[in-house]
Amino acid sequence: MPLKITITFKLYASLAQYLPKEAVENKIDIIIPGDRSIIGVLEQQSVPLESAHLVLVNGFFIPPEKRKTSFLSDKDVLAVWPPVAGG
Amino acid sequence: MSWQRKILRVNLTKGTCEPEPLNMEWAHLFLGQRGLATKYLAEEIDPKADALSPENKLIMATGPLTGTMASTGGRYSVITKSPLTGAIACSNSGGFIGAEMKQAGWDMIIFEGKSKAPVFLYLENEKAQLMPADDLWGKSVWATDELLHEKFQDPLVKIACVGRSAENGCLYASIVNDRHRAAGRSGVGTVMASKHLKAVVIRGTVGVGNVRDPKAFFKATSEGKKTLADNAVTGEGLPAMGTQVLMNVINEVGAMPTRNMKEVQFEGAHKISGEAMAEPRESDGKPNLVTNAACFGCTIACGRISTIDPQHYSIENKPEYIGASGGLEYESAWALGSNVGIDDLDALTYANFLCNEDGYDPISFGATVSAAMELFEMGAITLETTEGLDLSFGSAEALTKAAELVATGEGFGKDLAMGSKRLCEKYGHPEISMTVKGQEFPAYDPRAIQGMGLGYATSNRGACHLRGYTVSSEVMGVPVKTDPLTTDGKPELVKAFQDATAAVDSTGLCTFTTFAWTLEDIAPQVDAACEGGWSAASMLEAGERIWNLERQFNLDAGLTKADDTLPGRLLKDAAKTGPAKGSVNRLHEMLPQYYALRGWSEEGVPTNETMGRLGL
Ligand code: SF4
Repeated sequence: MPLKITITFKLYASLAQYLPKEAVENKIDIIIPGDRSIIGVLEQQSVPLESAHLVLVNGFFIPPEKRKTSFLSDKDVLAVWPPVAGG
Repeated sequence: MSWQRKILRVNLTKGTCEPEPLNMEWAHLFLGQRGLATKYLAEEIDPKADALSPENKLIMATGPLTGTMASTGGRYSVITKSPLTGAIACSNSGGFIGAEMKQAGWDMIIFEGKSKAPVFLYLENEKAQLMPADDLWGKSVWATDELLHEKFQDPLVKIACVGRSAENGCLYASIVNDRHRAAGRSGVGTVMASKHLKAVVIRGTVGVGNVRDPKAFFKATSEGKKTLADNAVTGEGLPAMGTQVLMNVINEVGAMPTRNMKEVQFEGAHKISGEAMAEPRESDGKPNLVTNAACFGCTIACGRISTIDPQHYSIENKPEYIGASGGLEYESAWALGSNVGIDDLDALTYANFLCNEDGYDPISFGATVSAAMELFEMGAITLETTEGLDLSFGSAEALTKAAELVATGEGFGKDLAMGSKRLCEKYGHPEISMTVKGQEFPAYDPRAIQGMGLGYATSNRGACHLRGYTVSSEVMGVPVKTDPLTTDGKPELVKAFQDATAAVDSTGLCTFTTFAWTLEDIAPQVDAACEGGWSAASMLEAGERIWNLERQFNLDAGLTKADDTLPGRLLKDAAKTGPAKGSVNRLHEMLPQYYALRGWSEEGVPTNETMGRLGL
C-alpha cells in the first residue's frame, strides 16, 4: 500500500458544487494515496476535468501537460478554478 | 462613421454652450473617447496648468461604438489633468449616461473655465443649457440624482454628478453616473467640482443611426456577442461572480496586498470573497449578493447589486441603506478589506455604498486609510491627530467612520481626503505611501506578479491595473499563460497590453470583453461602424499612438523617468509568504528593455523617430 498523505483541497466558483458537503470556506482536508497524480485527485473528487482551468499547488500554477505526472506531498494545498477573470 | 461628428463646448466662465464639428482628421488617428479626448486636451491646455484652476479642462467623451448595438457599447470616459497625480487623468465608466450622450447627438462635451456659482448642464438632444445648482450644492450624489429626477419628472434622464467629497476638495473624488457607476480614479470629480459644475443631466432620443455599413455591423456585433456568450469567463464566470471571483485566486497566488502592502496574503480573504457574497447570512438568511447587473447594451453583466445585513451596526437607525445598491467589486473589496485587514463583509459593503453615495474612489480611499493605519501603528499619528478615531488595522468601525468623514469632509476626513502620498508626507513618512505618481495601488502585489510592477511604474495615470492588465496572462492564462514570477518577456507583454487597452478604451467598449475578444474580434465591429479601414493592426497602432500622446503630455507636465518607479517596499522588502516568498519586484530588469521596445530614449522620452512613425 502506498503511503497516505493529507492535502488541503479547495474548489472555487462554479466548481464549489463538487466539494464534499463538510467543506468549510471552500476547502477541506482529504486523505489520498501518495502516488495519486493531480488528475487522479480531480477524478476521485468527480471534478469535470474540462472545467479545471486554473490548477494551483501551494499557489504555483501547474500547466495542463504536467497534471498527469505531478504528484502531491503531505500538507500540500491543491486549489482549482474554472476559467475566471476580473479586473 | 459612427461618430456623431459633433462636440459640445461648454464655457463655464461665460455660461455658454456651443456646438462645433468633431475634428475628423484626429478621429481617424485617435478613434474616440480616451484617445481623441486626450488629443483635444493636449492641444488645448498647458500641461503645466494647475489641475484645479480654470485653465484645466474636463472632457466627457464617448467612443464610436458608444450607444450602438455592440455588446458593452455604453462606455464613456472623463479626460482631464489629475489633481492627484499632476499627470493625465482618464477615467472610464459604464452605466447608461455615455450611451445617452451619444444618442443625444454628441461625441463629447468639453467643459472649460469655471462658473461663479454652482451650475448643472441640461442636455436634451440639440438643446444644451446651464442651469443653477445652488440647491444641489452640498448634496450627496444620491440626493442630487433624486432631486434632478424629480425636477425633470422624467425617469429616463441620465445623470452624472459629484458628491460632497468632491466639493470639499477630496483629491480622489469620482464622477458617479446612474447612482453606482463611476469614473472613479485620479480625482476627475475633484476637477468637476472645482469648476462649480455639480451635474450633467442628459436625455437623448436622436439615436446613433449613422453606422458605415449596417449589415456588416449587425453581422460583426452578433458574432461578437456569440463569442462572449460561449466564453467561460464572459458567458459564465463574470455574470455569476463578477470580478469578485478573484479574491480567493489572488490570495492563493500570494499577490493580495494586505495591511498597506506589508503582506501578500490575507487570512480573512474568504470572508470578503465572491463566494462569501453568495452565502446566506445568519440574521435574515439572505446572501449579500442580490443579483448581477449590466451596463447599457452589455451581454456580460458583471455588475453586483447587494444589500447590507439589516442587523449590521453600520446601518443601525439608517433605513436609507437597507435597500439594494451597487455592491463590492474585487477592487473595492480588496481596498476596503484586505488592505486594511478587515474581513467584515457588511462593513465593506457599507463603506462601498458611501463611496458611491458621495462620489469618491474606493481604491484610493481604502489605500489611504491603510496608510493612515500604518502611521497609527507606528505612532506617527495618534488618537489626538485622528480626533479619537482608533485607526488600528482590522477595525471595521474605523473604516466605516473614516468613510463617513471623507464623505462629509469633517475632522480627520480632511487628512484622509488628501490621498496616501500627501498624508504620509504630512506625517513625515513618505516611504509608506503605496503610490505611483501619487496614485494609490490597485489589488495586485507586483512582487508576485512581476509584469504588473512594470505596468504600474509606467502607467500614464499612476498606479493602475486597467492600463495594461497583464494579470490576465500572468495569473489567469488569458489569452496565454505566462509565469508571474519571472521578468522574462514581460516588457513585451506589458507594452502589448497597454497598447491594445488604449485602443479598446477609445472605442466605447468595455475592457472586460477582452477576456473573450482580441482586437481581431473588435476591429470588424469598429470597421463596420466607422470609415477609415480599421483592422487589428491599425487599432494596435492607434493604441500605441495614444500611449505616446499620454506620455508626452506627462513629460510636458514635468514628469520624468524618476516617476516611473515603485515604492521602496515593493523593490526592497521581500514577500513573506506564498509563491513569491523571498521575492521583490525586479523593475530594474524590465524598465530599460521596455523603454527600448517603446522607441524611447534611456531617459524615457519618445524619440523623434518614434513620434514621427506614429504621426505625432
Ligand atoms: S462587463 Fe461589466 S463593467 Fe463591462 S459593460 Fe458589462 S456590466 Fe459594465
